Amino acid sequence: MTSSTSAYLRGIRVSLPFLLVVLPFGALFGVVGTEAGLNLAQVMGFSIVIIAGAAQFTAVQLMQEQAPTVIVLASALAVNLRMAMYAASLAPHLGHAPGWQRVLIAYFNVDATYALSHMEFEANPAMPLSEKVAFYMGTATVICLPWYVVTWLGAVLGQAIPPGIPMDFAIPVAFISFFAPALRTLPHVAAAMAAVILAISLQWVPHNLWILLAGAGGMAVGAEVERRSTTR
Amino acid sequence: MTGWDTATIWMVIVLLGIGTLAIRWSFLGLLGNRELPDWALRHLRYTAVAILPALITPRVLWPEATGGEIDPARIAAALLALAVGYVSRNALATIAAGLGALLLLQAAGL
Repeated sequence: MTSSTSAYLRGIRVSLPFLLVVLPFGALFGVVGTEAGLNLAQVMGFSIVIIAGAAQFTAVQLMQEQAPTVIVLASALAVNLRMAMYAASLAPHLGHAPGWQRVLIAYFNVDATYALSHMEFEANPAMPLSEKVAFYMGTATVICLPWYVVTWLGAVLGQAIPPGIPMDFAIPVAFISFFAPALRTLPHVAAAMAAVILAISLQWVPHNLWILLAGAGGMAVGAEVERRSTTR
Repeated sequence: MTGWDTATIWMVIVLLGIGTLAIRWSFLGLLGNRELPDWALRHLRYTAVAILPALITPRVLWPEATGGEIDPARIAAALLALAVGYVSRNALATIAAGLGALLLLQAAGL
């Protein structure tokens, strides 16, 4: 077995526990998207073309609320802005991969593939580039490919969910499960609280622009609290 | 989906796909090894914990399912999910707690 193959297999192995999270989320998107009135091809389009859970849920929610197209796009992309940070922190490790590989790496850059790979690369910085790429692709194989399958399953089987279940609550709860575990430091908590307060008080702003304002405000508060707690 | 024709839906999908890929590619593809300045990293770190709660707050406080009326059951279920997510750091437990609590509260007639 070549060292790249073994790195690929190691990437697969460390990712397996995350299937417990990825599978239900993908299925949930299939269900929610279908309930919102998207057809099967469109639901699959979201999961294959965009492949970013939180942004997909954001777009569907705002489309249901009849937000303007520009706001749908801007809000969903704002949710994905954290991935610029992921790209930046993977760059020292994968930045010298061939161009086509970097496009593929970018496409598969989701929370779990990033977190697992970054942890591995920081622990073994001397790993050769080809092994780092192979490890990353191992995580993507487990985290990303099943995403398509379970989206399809959710879209097809979702109609079997009994009508009494409050599915409208699925998006808020899914979002809480994205951010609640991330509230691990004071700046994170401050950012979330500021964003919630701004979201409530800025409801009057037209065209759903309150989302971006509250998001930007929360980010600024988080950054400022972090700056003050580290300079002290 | 009401109010959205097929072409617009596909336009949203494609533009979000291109935009998301551009964000993911940005510092990896274009800028190579150049480091992001500290202040930018400091802000980007908080995008998810700022935008996600902001997005759902109105939906929890004034849900469409109740015609925009405040629903104590949804608020209680959301707070419980928040607490479970914070303590357990487990996404699945969070979803189960939130949806389960809402179902129980609704079954109890609240």
